[in-house]
Amino acid sequence: MPAKRPNNPARELLFGDLWEYDPAPETAPAHIAPRYDLFINGQFTAPKSKKWFDSISPGNEQKVSEIALANEADVNAAFAAATAAFSKWSKTSGAERGKYLYRIARLLQDRAREFAVAETIDGGKPIRESRDFDVPVAAAHFFYHAGWADKLAYAAPGRTLAPLGVVGQIIPWNFPLLMLAWKIAPALACGNTVILKPAETTSVTAMKFCSILQDAGLPPGVVNIVTGAGDTGTNIIHHPAAAKIAFTGSTAIGKFIQRTLAGTDKRLTLELGGKAANIVFEDAPIDQAVEGIVNGIFFNQGHVCCAGSRLLVQESVADEVLRKLKMRLRHLRVGDPLDKNTDIGAINSRKQLEKIQELVKSGVQEGAEIHQPACKLPKRGFYFAPTLFSNVSLSHRIAREEIFGPVLSILTFRTPEEAVEKANNTPYGLSAGVWTDKGSRILKMSTELKAGVVWANTYNKFDPASPFGGYKESGFGREGGKQGLLDYAQIV
Amino acid sequence: MARSNPIALRSLISEIGPVDQVGIEERVAKYTTRSIKKASKVQALKLAVSMVDLTTLEGKDTPGKVASLCLKALHPHDDPSIPSTAAVCVYPRLVKHAKKLLRGSSVKIASVATAFPSGQAPLATRLAEVRAAVSDGADEIDMVISRGAFLAGELALVQDEIAAVRDACGKTTLKVILETSELETYDNIRAASFLAMRVLRPGDFIKTSTGKTSSNATLGNNQVMLEAIRDFYLETGTEIAMKPAGGIRTAKQAIQFLIAVKETLGDAWLNNARYRFGASALLNDLVRQLAKEKTGAYQAPYTLSEASGSY
Repeated sequence: MPAKRPNNPARELLFGDLWEYDPAPETAPAHIAPRYDLFINGQFTAPKSKKWFDSISPGNEQKVSEIALANEADVNAAFAAATAAFSKWSKTSGAERGKYLYRIARLLQDRAREFAVAETIDGGKPIRESRDFDVPVAAAHFFYHAGWADKLAYAAPGRTLAPLGVVGQIIPWNFPLLMLAWKIAPALACGNTVILKPAETTSVTAMKFCSILQDAGLPPGVVNIVTGAGDTGTNIIHHPAAAKIAFTGSTAIGKFIQRTLAGTDKRLTLELGGKAANIVFEDAPIDQAVEGIVNGIFFNQGHVCCAGSRLLVQESVADEVLRKLKMRLRHLRVGDPLDKNTDIGAINSRKQLEKIQELVKSGVQEGAEIHQPACKLPKRGFYFAPTLFSNVSLSHRIAREEIFGPVLSILTFRTPEEAVEKANNTPYGLSAGVWTDKGSRILKMSTELKAGVVWANTYNKFDPASPFGGYKESGFGREGGKQGLLDYAQIV
Repeated sequence: MARSNPIALRSLISEIGPVDQVGIEERVAKYTTRSIKKASKVQALKLAVSMVDLTTLEGKDTPGKVASLCLKALHPHDDPSIPSTAAVCVYPRLVKHAKKLLRGSSVKIASVATAFPSGQAPLATRLAEVRAAVSDGADEIDMVISRGAFLAGELALVQDEIAAVRDACGKTTLKVILETSELETYDNIRAASFLAMRVLRPGDFIKTSTGKTSSNATLGNNQVMLEAIRDFYLETGTEIAMKPAGGIRTAKQAIQFLIAVKETLGDAWLNNARYRFGASALLNDLVRQLAKEKTGAYQAPYTLSEASGSY
C-alpha cells in the first residue's frame, strides 16, 4: 500500500464569510394545536388524569404545545378500545387492511411539508433532515407494509400467519414520526391493534398523525396513542391485555422492560443503544469516508442509536483522516433547525445536553484530545458544537458509553484483525461501517463484525425492505423487511 | 513513443487515493439542497457573471459574431452593478479580432488550441497553434490532453505534452481540458487532474470538458477535481484554478457549483482568477435572474434570448 505523503499541517484553507448564505427559514405552517388530548378509540379524549405537560421546542426553548399526561385509567381505556377493535380488525381481509395503510401513506405524503416543520419545531432536528429523511421514509414504511398486508401467506410459505393481539409500543425521541411508522405499519399489516406511547419530549407529530388516522377512516380503537412519561410506559408494559411489547430506546429501560416481562407470555422486541464502529482502512476513498463519518455521527445531532460514534482508522491514514475531518467540520452549519441550510440542529432536551456535556468533560479529563470548530451557537436553545476526540483508548468512557450526541471518538488500529477485535469490544452490537476499496475485505468484515447492520462505503442507509436490529445489549427483534413483519405475527 | 506502462495508472491512483462514485454523488446532492436567497443570491449571481468565460466555438463563427460576443462580455447588461465576464473564449483564428475590441479592458481572451476538441494532431502542429494564438494576443490557452494516450497507460506522454504546451504558452495562462466524459471514471478524472497539476504553474487551470461531447461538467466531476486541487494545494502549496465547462446553462446550476467551491476550497477560490465557468447560455440566465431580483419580475422572454448564438 502507498504511504500517503503527510500534508503540510501549517497549510490551511480559508472557510470565511466572503459569501455567506442568508437565513433561509422554512416558513410553511406546522399547524400545531395549543393542546393535545389522548387519542383513544378514534377520538381525541381528555386525560382522566386531568393533567397536561408542556412540550418545549429545543431550538428556542419556547413552549410548543401542551401534551396530555395519561395515567393508569387512561391506559386501561386505551387497552379496552384496542381489545374491542381487535376482534373485527384481525378478521378484516389483508387487502382491506392494506387499503388503510396505503391511505395513511398517501395522506402523510400530502402533508409532508407540514409534518416536517412540526417535527423540526418539536424535536430540534434540521428541517433538511425531517424534510428529506424522516417524513419520506415514514411514508415509505406505510407503503411497504401496505404491500405486505394481503401477502402474509408468502411471508411464511406453507404456514399461516395470525396476528398477536393488542401490541404495546414505546418509542424514543430521536425519530418521533419515523419510529411511529416503523412500529405501527407492520403491526397493522399483520392485523394487530396498537397502543403507542411517544416519547415525553416529542409527542407532537404522533398527535398530528392521529388526524391522518381519522382522515383515513381507520376503524376506532385500531390505533390508540397515549402520551406521558415513564409511568405511562410502565402502565402499558404491565397491562395484562398486551400480547407484545415493542420498545425502542435506551438499554437501561430495555433491561427493565425485559425483567418486568419475565415469566409472562408477552412477546418482546427491543431496539436499544449502540456504540458503532466505523472502520476506515488505508485504501478507502478518504474524502467519501470523511463524508460518511460525518453523516454517521452528526446526522440528527448524533441522536441515532446506530450512530458511528467510534471511528476506527488505520494508523497509516489516521493523520490525513483527522485533518480532513477537522476541515469538514469547519463548514458544517450549526444553528436554527428551521433554516434550510442548517446541517446540525438542536439537542433534543436540556437533560440530553447535560449528559453530552458531562461525557465530553470526562473525555477531556481522561486525557483524550478534543477538537471543536469555532462556530457561533444560538443564545437560546440547546446546542452543542460538533466534537471530535483523538487519542482515545478503549477504556475511556467516551469510547464505551453511548453519548447520543454529536461527539466522535477516534481510535486507531494496525491490522484488520485488530479492527474487528476493537469493533466488537463493546456490549453493544447494532451497526458498523467499513470503508475500503477492496470488495473481498467488506464481505469478510461483515461476517466478523458482531452488528445487526454493516454498511460498506456508506453509512446510515435505511430502507423499509431491509431489516434493522441488534445483537447483544443492542436488543433483539428486527424492524423492516420480512423479518420485521414476522415479529408482529404468530405462525399457526 | 512506446512509453505505455500498464501499471502507471494503477500506481498513480493508489498513490493519490481512489474515489467512490456513490459517495461523491451523495456529497454533491447535498449542494443542491442548499437554499440561497436574497442578498446572498444576488452576490452569487454577480460573482458567477464575473467568472464566465463567454464562449463561442462553432465552425460558423465569424469576426462579426466574435465582435458581438466581446461587447456582451464587456457589458452583459445596462445595470452598471453587473460586472463584465472574466473572458471570452474563441478559436485561435479569431483571437486577433477579439483583441481589437478587448484591448485595455478587464476581459481576457481565451483561445482553445492544440487541435481542439480531439487533440488528434501531431504535437508540433498543436504547439504551433498555441504559439500562434499567443502571438495574436491570447491571454489564456485552453488545451486538450491526449485522452487516447491516457487510457492506453501512456501517462508520461500525456504529462510531457502538457509540459510542452505550458512552455509554448510563455506567460500565458494555461487551462488543461481533461475531457471528463472520455475518461469516464472518477478515479481516472482524479488521476488526470494530478497528472496535469504536477506540471502546471500556480494560477493555471484544470478544466472539465470541451463541451463537444454528450456529457460535460457535472457537480460530480467538478467535485472530484476540486478535491484534487485541494489535496494538491495542501501537499505542495500550489494553487491551481478550476473551470467547469459545458452543460451549466442555468443560474441555479451555477450557484450549486459555487456552493461546491465555497464548501470544498473556501474563500480563496471564490474569484475569477481561481474559478471560471465555460459557458455561453449561462450568462443570459444569470442576467435574467439578477433583473428579477432587482425588479421582482421576469423580463419578457425576448429581452434576453435563450439561444446561445444570439448575443
